[in-house]
Amino acid sequence: MNAISEVTLPLDAWRGFAGQGWQQRIDVRDFIQANYTPFMGDAGFLAGPTARTTALWARLGELLQAERAKGVLDVSADRPSSILAHEPGYIDRESELIVGLQTDAPLKRAIMPNGGLRMVENGLEAYGFKPDLAVREVWTKYRKSHNQGVFDVYSPDIVAARKSGIVTGLPDAYGRGRIIGDYRRVALYGTDALRKDRQRAFHELDNAVFTEDVIRLREELSEQFRALDELREMAARYGCDVSRPAATGREAVQWTYLAYLAAVKEQNGAAMSIGRISTFLDIYLQRDIAEGRLTEETAQELIDDMVIKLRIVRFLRTPEYDQLFSGDPTWVTESIGGIGEDGRPLVTKSSFRFLQTLYNLGPAPEPNLTVLWSTSLPQGFKDYCAKVSIDTSAIQYESDDRMRPFWGDDYGIACCVSAMRIGKQMQFFGARANLAKAMLYAINGGVDEKSGLRVAEGFEPITGDVLDYDEVVGKLDGMMDWLARTYVKALNCIHYMHDKYAYERIEMALHDRDILRTMACGIAGLSVAADSLSAIRHAKVSVVRNEQGLAVDYRIEGDYPAYGNNDDRADSIAVWLAERFMEKVKAQPHFYRASMPTQSVLTITSNVVYGKKTGNTPDGRRAGEPFAPGANPMNGRDVKGFVAAGASVAKIPYECALDGISWTASATPDALGHTADDRVRNLSNCLDGFAGAGGFHVNINVFNRDTLLQAMEHPELYPQLTVRVSGYAVNFVKLTREQQLDVISRTFHATA
Amino acid sequence: MTHHPNTAETGWLHSVETGAAVDGPGLRFVYFMSGCLFRCLYCHNPDTWQPHGGRAVTLDEAVAEVAPYAGFLRMAGGVTVSGGEPLMQAPFVGALLRRLKDEFGLHTALDTQGYLGTKADDRWLDAVDLVLLDIKHADPEQYERITARPLQPTLDFAHRLVALGKPIWLRYVLVPGLTDAAPDVERLADIAASLGPVVQRVEVLPFHQMGAGKWRALGLDYRLADTPTPSPEQVQHARGIFAARGLLAT
Repeated sequence: MNAISEVTLPLDAWRGFAGQGWQQRIDVRDFIQANYTPFMGDAGFLAGPTARTTALWARLGELLQAERAKGVLDVSADRPSSILAHEPGYIDRESELIVGLQTDAPLKRAIMPNGGLRMVENGLEAYGFKPDLAVREVWTKYRKSHNQGVFDVYSPDIVAARKSGIVTGLPDAYGRGRIIGDYRRVALYGTDALRKDRQRAFHELDNAVFTEDVIRLREELSEQFRALDELREMAARYGCDVSRPAATGREAVQWTYLAYLAAVKEQNGAAMSIGRISTFLDIYLQRDIAEGRLTEETAQELIDDMVIKLRIVRFLRTPEYDQLFSGDPTWVTESIGGIGEDGRPLVTKSSFRFLQTLYNLGPAPEPNLTVLWSTSLPQGFKDYCAKVSIDTSAIQYESDDRMRPFWGDDYGIACCVSAMRIGKQMQFFGARANLAKAMLYAINGGVDEKSGLRVAEGFEPITGDVLDYDEVVGKLDGMMDWLARTYVKALNCIHYMHDKYAYERIEMALHDRDILRTMACGIAGLSVAADSLSAIRHAKVSVVRNEQGLAVDYRIEGDYPAYGNNDDRADSIAVWLAERFMEKVKAQPHFYRASMPTQSVLTITSNVVYGKKTGNTPDGRRAGEPFAPGANPMNGRDVKGFVAAGASVAKIPYECALDGISWTASATPDALGHTADDRVRNLSNCLDGFAGAGGFHVNINVFNRDTLLQAMEHPELYPQLTVRVSGYAVNFVKLTREQQLDVISRTFHATA
Repeated sequence: MTHHPNTAETGWLHSVETGAAVDGPGLRFVYFMSGCLFRCLYCHNPDTWQPHGGRAVTLDEAVAEVAPYAGFLRMAGGVTVSGGEPLMQAPFVGALLRRLKDEFGLHTALDTQGYLGTKADDRWLDAVDLVLLDIKHADPEQYERITARPLQPTLDFAHRLVALGKPIWLRYVLVPGLTDAAPDVERLADIAASLGPVVQRVEVLPFHQMGAGKWRALGLDYRLADTPTPSPEQVQHARGIFAARGLLAT
C-alpha cells in the first residue's frame, strides 16, 4: 500500500530541506548540518519490533541455523560476482520492506576471483563445493588476479618475513577492504547527478599533462561511471529508480542500502563498512513522521529491516582466513553519535533506533555498531549505550573527542578503529608487523627462533648470558628499521596490484575525485614487547640457548612492573615502542600513491595466530601462547583493575597511531554494580573517564565466564551470544576452540 | 623483611583496585589493607590476613596511589578502604582518609566488620562519609562460630555510628547452611531496622567460591569447598526479609 502511494504522489525529493551549499555541490555533510535535529532525550520513545519484523527474522533464523551447521550454506560458484551478476533475490518478497541480496538467495555466497583464484577454490573445497572449470580457465589463462600480481613482484626478504610470521595477515590474497563509499550520496542525489559530477571531474583533466597518474585516474573515473550505471540497473531490477534522489524515508534507506549492496556484490574486502548513515537517514525519517507518512513503529521497522540485510552480508573465505579473523566477520561498521564541529551532538532518534535493533532482533556481531563517544554526549544517549552494552556486549566505543580534531565531524570507522572522512579519504590496509618477534630477532641477530632460518640479513646476535637493556634496545632499534623497510615494501606492492587488478569501482565512485590516502600499517605484540623490555630492565633475564646457540628461552629472576597498571616504568616502554616504530615507518622513502603513513595497535583475533608463530619471550610468556589483543595488557598482568589498565592504554599517543588503538575490556555484570541503575551509571562514567584520560577505543564485554563455558559446551543454546574482540564482535559459537579459550582467559574484572 | 610499626606514617598494603563498583557508591578506588584478626570460614581474601603481608607504604606513597584518578573518582565515585580489616591499622588508615578528604575532596568509605570500632574515635570518623559495616551473623553464638570473636563490639560500633549520624551500608554474606536460615536473617533485619535511617542500604552478598583457590594456595584448610552458592531465589528471599522492614536491600 505504501509503495503505491509513493508512486502516485509526485513528491519533491528535497521538499522542506534547508541549506544551499549541498544543492550546488556533492556535500552530504553540509546537508546533514543544515537539516538534522539533535535528540537530547532518553530511550523512552523507542518502538519494539512489529510482527512482520519478528516473522521475517524468525524465517531467516532457520537459514542461519542451517548455515551454522554447514559453515557455508550455498555458493554461486559458476559466476564471478559483479554488480549485475545475479538476478534479484529475496528472503520473503511479500514482507520485505528493504530489498536486495548479494546473490539470488539469502546466505548464498558469491565468488570474487579478482582477489585471487586460489582463495576462491580453497574456500569452495573447504566447505564441500566444486570449483567451476570455466572460472578456473578464465583466471588461469586469460585474466590475472591481484594475488598473482603481488607475487610477481615480491622480493625474497618479503617472502621470508611473510613465511616466518613477523609480518602476517597482509591483504595479498584477498580484498583489502577498509574503503567506505559515501553510500548516502545515492539517496541524496541519485546516480544521474553523481554521474554528471563524475563526468565533469573527468573532463577537467582533458588538458592535463597525461602522466601515469593522470592516465590511471582517467581510467578509474571511467570505471566509476560504469559502476554507477550498473548500480542504477541493479536497483531497477529490484523496482527502484535510483537515478533520481530518494523522496521518502523508505526510499532513503533503500537507496543507501542498494549503493552499499553494489559494493558487497563486487568486493570481498576484509572490512566492508557502511559509514555513518543513521543521522543522515534520520532527516528523512523525521520528515516522514512529520508528514504522517511514518510512525515511530514503522520508522523503526525500516531500520530493523535494513539491519537484517546488513546482518547477512557474506563472503566466501578459507579456513586459514577464518583462523586469522574468525567468526566470519564482514565489519559492516556503522558509526553512531559524536559531536559536531559546532558543538551540537550528532545524536538523533535514529542513533537510538540503530542500537534498538539489538533488542528488536537480538544481539548480533554485525553490523559492527560503533558509538563515537564524547564526554559531551547527551546523558540520555550515554545511559542507553551503557544499557545496551550491559545487555548485549555488542557495541564498541571510540573517542570522538580524539578523532574530531583530525577528521572533522563526518568521518566513519572502517573495520574496527580506522577513522576516515566519508567520501574524502581511504586507506591502504596493511595488517601488521609483530614487534614481539622483532625483539626475538634482535636477540638472535635476525634468525627465526622457531625455524632456525635467517630471515633478516646483516645482524649480529646478542651473545651475553644476561640481557642488558641498552644492548637489547639498541639491537631492537636496528631490527625495527629492517622490519619497517620490508613491511612498507610489501604494502607498496600490494596496493599497486590491488588498484590494478581488483579496483573498487563503485566505492570509489562514491568518493570525491581527489582524496587523502593513508598507508595503514600496524603493530602486534605491543604488551609482550613492552613487558619483555621491562623485565630486562627491572628484573634479571638470562638467556637459555639451544645447541645451535639460538636463544630459545629466558629465565627471569625478580619482579618487574608490567604494562597495564598505570605504572610509567612499564607504560613508557610501550609508548616508546609505538612511537619508535611509527618513526621507522615514516622514514621509508616511498609510499604508493603518495599515501600518508599511519599505524594501528590492533590485532583483531589474530593475536592467537601471532602468538602461535612466536617463541618464548623474555616477559615469561611461553612459546605459542596468544598475545594480548590490540593494545591490551597481557592477560592477568593488569592487577589493579580496569581503570588503571585503561589509563595505561590511554597513554599510547593517538598521534603515533592515527589508524587506531584498540582495547578490549571484559567485566562480569556483578562487577559493574549491584543494581541495573548502578551498572548503567558506572559504565557510563567509566566511558567518560576513559575518554577524558585520552583513551581511544574500548570494546565492552559484560558477561560471566560461566556463560562462555556453557556456550562452548552447548553452542546450539547460544546462537546469538555476541562477544567483542579487538575492534569487532563475533558470534562466540563461531570461534575456533582456541579462540574461545583465549577469550575466556582474558582478564575478567570480577568481584573477588 | 623489616617489620614497620603500624603508625600514622607507615602502613601495610595488600593491594589496590582501581575500578571497583560494588564497594560503596559508584566506582571506587579500593585500598586492601593487610591484616585481619577474624578467620571467617567464608573469607574470600584470606591472603590479606597477615598483618605484614603485601608491601609497607608511607602515607605519601599511599596517597600518591590515588592521585592519578582523583578527578575521575570525584565524578564517578570515591575511595574505599577495605582489607583485611582496616581498623587493624587505625592510625595509618585514619591519617590516610583525612588526607584523601583534605587534598582531593573525595567521597570516602570504610569497609569494616566493626569489631575494632573503638580504635576509631569520633574525630577519626570525621573523615569517613560512609561505613560499609559487615555483620557476619545476628546470633552471638553463631557469630563466634564463624569469626572466633564476639558480636557485641560490632553492635556497639553500629550504635556509635547511629549516634554520630554516620551513614551505613550494612553488608551480609549469605552462605547456604551457615547464614541463610530465615530466623537468623530476620533477626539481623530487626537489628538493622532498629538502627534507623542511617542504614541507607543493606547489601546481601551471595557467597561465592572465588576465594577457594586462595585458601589452597596458602595451604589453609578450607571448610566450605562443598558449600553451594545461593540461588537467585534464595538471595531474593533474603533481600525480601530486609525490604519487609522498609530497608533498601540490594
